[in-house]
Amino acid sequence: MSATTFGWLALLFPLAGCLTTALLFRRLPGRSAGVIATAAIFLAFLASIGALVAILGRSGSQRELVSSLWNYAVTAGVNVRMSILIDPLSIFMMLVVSGVSTLIHLYSIPYMDSDRGFARYFSYLNFFVFSMLLLVAAGNFILLIVGWAFVGAASYFLISFWYRRRTATQAGIKAFVINVFGDVGLVLGTFFIFRHTGTMELLGSFHVAPHVFAKGSADVTAGCILLLIGAFAKSAQIPLHTWLPDAMEGPTPVSALIHAATMVTAGVYLIARMHTLFELAPAAQDVGAIVGALTLFVAGTIGLVQTDIKRVIAYSTMSQIGYMIMGVSVGAYAAGLFHLMTHAFFKALLFMAAGSIIGAMAGEQSLEKMGGFRRALPFTYGCFLIGGLALSGVPPFSGFFSKDEILLVTAERGDWHWALYVIGYIGALLTALYTFRMIFRAFHGKPVAEARELESGHLHHADVPRNPATGEQEDTDVGFPGPAHAIAERSGAMRVAMGLLALGAIGAGLLQIPRTDFVIDDFLAPSFAGSKLYTIHEHTSTLAAGLVIGTLLSLSGIALAYYIWVRRPTLPAIARERAGALYTLLHRKWYFDEAIEALIVRPAAIAGSFARQSFERVVIEGAIVGGAQTLAGASSALVRALQSGLLRAYATMLALGAAAVTLYFLLRA
Amino acid sequence: MSYVIFFLAAIIAIAGALGVVMLRDPFFSVLSLVCHLIALALLFLLLRAELIAAVQVVVYAGAVMVLYVFVVAYIGDGSERLADRLRRGTVAQPLLRTGALLAGSALLAELLIALTGSGLKAVESAGAPYHKGPRAFGTPAFIGKLLLTRFLLAFEIASFLLLVAAVGAVVLAGRRGREDEEAPPQGAGAPALQGAAGGPPAGGELVEAAR
Amino acid sequence: MSIEWFLPISAIVFAIGLAGVIAKRNPLVVLLCLELMLNGANLALVAFSRMWGSGDGQIFALVVMAIAACEVAIGLGLIVAIYRRELPVDVDELGELQG
Repeated sequence: MSATTFGWLALLFPLAGCLTTALLFRRLPGRSAGVIATAAIFLAFLASIGALVAILGRSGSQRELVSSLWNYAVTAGVNVRMSILIDPLSIFMMLVVSGVSTLIHLYSIPYMDSDRGFARYFSYLNFFVFSMLLLVAAGNFILLIVGWAFVGAASYFLISFWYRRRTATQAGIKAFVINVFGDVGLVLGTFFIFRHTGTMELLGSFHVAPHVFAKGSADVTAGCILLLIGAFAKSAQIPLHTWLPDAMEGPTPVSALIHAATMVTAGVYLIARMHTLFELAPAAQDVGAIVGALTLFVAGTIGLVQTDIKRVIAYSTMSQIGYMIMGVSVGAYAAGLFHLMTHAFFKALLFMAAGSIIGAMAGEQSLEKMGGFRRALPFTYGCFLIGGLALSGVPPFSGFFSKDEILLVTAERGDWHWALYVIGYIGALLTALYTFRMIFRAFHGKPVAEARELESGHLHHADVPRNPATGEQEDTDVGFPGPAHAIAERSGAMRVAMGLLALGAIGAGLLQIPRTDFVIDDFLAPSFAGSKLYTIHEHTSTLAAGLVIGTLLSLSGIALAYYIWVRRPTLPAIARERAGALYTLLHRKWYFDEAIEALIVRPAAIAGSFARQSFERVVIEGAIVGGAQTLAGASSALVRALQSGLLRAYATMLALGAAAVTLYFLLRA
Repeated sequence: MSYVIFFLAAIIAIAGALGVVMLRDPFFSVLSLVCHLIALALLFLLLRAELIAAVQVVVYAGAVMVLYVFVVAYIGDGSERLADRLRRGTVAQPLLRTGALLAGSALLAELLIALTGSGLKAVESAGAPYHKGPRAFGTPAFIGKLLLTRFLLAFEIASFLLLVAAVGAVVLAGRRGREDEEAPPQGAGAPALQGAAGGPPAGGELVEAAR
Repeated sequence: MSIEWFLPISAIVFAIGLAGVIAKRNPLVVLLCLELMLNGANLALVAFSRMWGSGDGQIFALVVMAIAACEVAIGLGLIVAIYRRELPVDVDELGELQG
């Protein structure tokens, strides 16, 4: 079978899984919905591997394949077919997405076991994987946008999965609205590009682009910046990032899959895929790099003061994606995508481990209530350590290799990119700091009551289920989380999933050790043929210096975290008092939520209420609807008056009518 | 000579028509109409429509008007009733009177204009030539032949219509069982025994009133 | 005697009948005026029949008379029924005849 057939199969399996679980969930016995869904994604993963094998069998320049099934929208000037593009980049993304998704599905089976929305969860999750695969495999702009929008919808479904929780639905709406904002940017950007290239096909656009766009011209820059807006919204970069921390309202596996490993990386994929256009618009590339750097710094600082364990990991996701965006914006495509892959592994691992400890805490997510789980949850602790070390970029874990290569390429761009290089390393320090703050607070120190209970063999259950964010009482019915909580130590499926991810977090770095092997570089090269920035990098001194500095910063960050949070636990409180204003700034997340509320939400609400009070009521209801009503009423009252029931009136009208007709004939003759 | 008869008949016809409309007592209106009908019969004769003239007098003035007389006698002139009921029509009365005058005069004016203005040349003639003989124009034989050949269907339908009208009239004006306390049940058979030609309802009432 | 003399008379009689139908309140008189209108039409029909020399107009007039007779029978039956039910015998009052 050819690579494109495998590609179609990879799209088909998750869709089939979604429909099966959605339509047949009443007939499916027990928890088989989960097994079906996991099997569907596993088959998609196998199909992706099949596509990989098939494409490796072809020579380099022939590795870009397009396959079309039918005409989707063909009209004057627009020729959109249902087509997918299978090339190294899309296969890379498909492998990452389907591989990590399989493991997350596996993890979800015990995790969501007691939830009454079990089948709904899995059908939404399958729908998400289908959408994401559609996005990365799309062969034209239209299908890319379709996949983009579907992914946003799936994110909404899954964030507000526990839909009876007010906080969850609000978070879902917030995520969706910001994503739609990005969608507008994406669609407008597509239009800008289409206007000049005249084709919606990706490959066709890229071939034509250097001829129709002058480098740095306004059109292509505007188009690329609009595409960037879409990327920023989807990848939670500043200023469109405020939805990501709130998105932690969803179940933990959802956070692992969507808001760490796959959906938020769609922006990175977009920039990498559109590299031809971005290279024609250096201004847009600079915007991307600056925003990426800014995000990684700001998110890192916020992560230092967060108390909710999932939100710490969320901000770290934001920060790492800042690295990736910065990477693909400066031309480090292979490095950025490699970091995407390694990040998927260790971030999903971290979220899964967080799910485990939240389970041990019976749904409580605050770091301030956790402590000393080292003995109670050894496996989870190990996973946290592996994930944390990978995240901090400690060699030989995978995060080290990928992150440093991005920063290396950034440095090599020269000029003012040195500032980004420095910010990148500051970010690395912050990363190590907040990651190990989280680990030390949760696992070291005096064991809390739940930990002691667990050590004696009893998994703590809350007396009254509560919303972890607001503390209000809840139910365990449909639309709320189920009563039982799962931990990794007691569930084989969870351990398998986390174990495989841990292996990936440790070993994936071997694929791209600088100076030594270039598996990713070589594999992705055909997708980036024609890119002026995609070259093997030579400068050895910068490379060595970078590697050393990176390692030092990570280790010192870990040591500092150890000192503050293990040795001197009172230090954070003192620092909070001393630097009150700074603490407040970070604690309020740099006031982004407040700024958006004041600049966008409030004016929109005022405009809406003005429209309702003044325009809608007066003009539409009053004049147009009321006018039509009055007109109809008046005319019917007039007609009603004619129907008096008075015989003689009718006779008169008859006679007058006859006279009129006679008059007509008289006049005619 | 024919002119004299024509003008006489015309004046009586118009006077009779005016009398129908303007006289207050319905009984006098009926009598006025009878005069009008006889005058019209004269006019028909002038037009050589012998059978029609005869039918006009015998059937129209003779039977239909007699029916009218019976009903007017039964109901009375109703003017007391009209005087009692002045609730409605106080606004409509003058308006409708004006409307009536307007409609009537408008129509009349148009017709007269049509007649005189357009100059109907053909109508100026004395009509088609008239041949004497057994089946001459207008004689009963002439009409009868037409009725039984060319207009057979119309003839039959008209007779059917008369039957239906008679039955309908009996049903409409007949007793409704419990609603009428006066007449005993066996009186209901009497109206049905009358002929189907015009007059059963009035005849039935007369029989009943005589008890 | 030219035919054109008869037509104005027919028109006048018809118009008087029409005015009467509209102006009178007693249904009996209204029916009488209706008869006037029919007679006016009859006159015109017979006049035109004489003009063309065919019997069609006279047949028509005959049928009109038959129909007038039927209509009178039904109309009077109605009026008698109304009178019997002690309703006002006045076209203005009878605005909601039902059942």
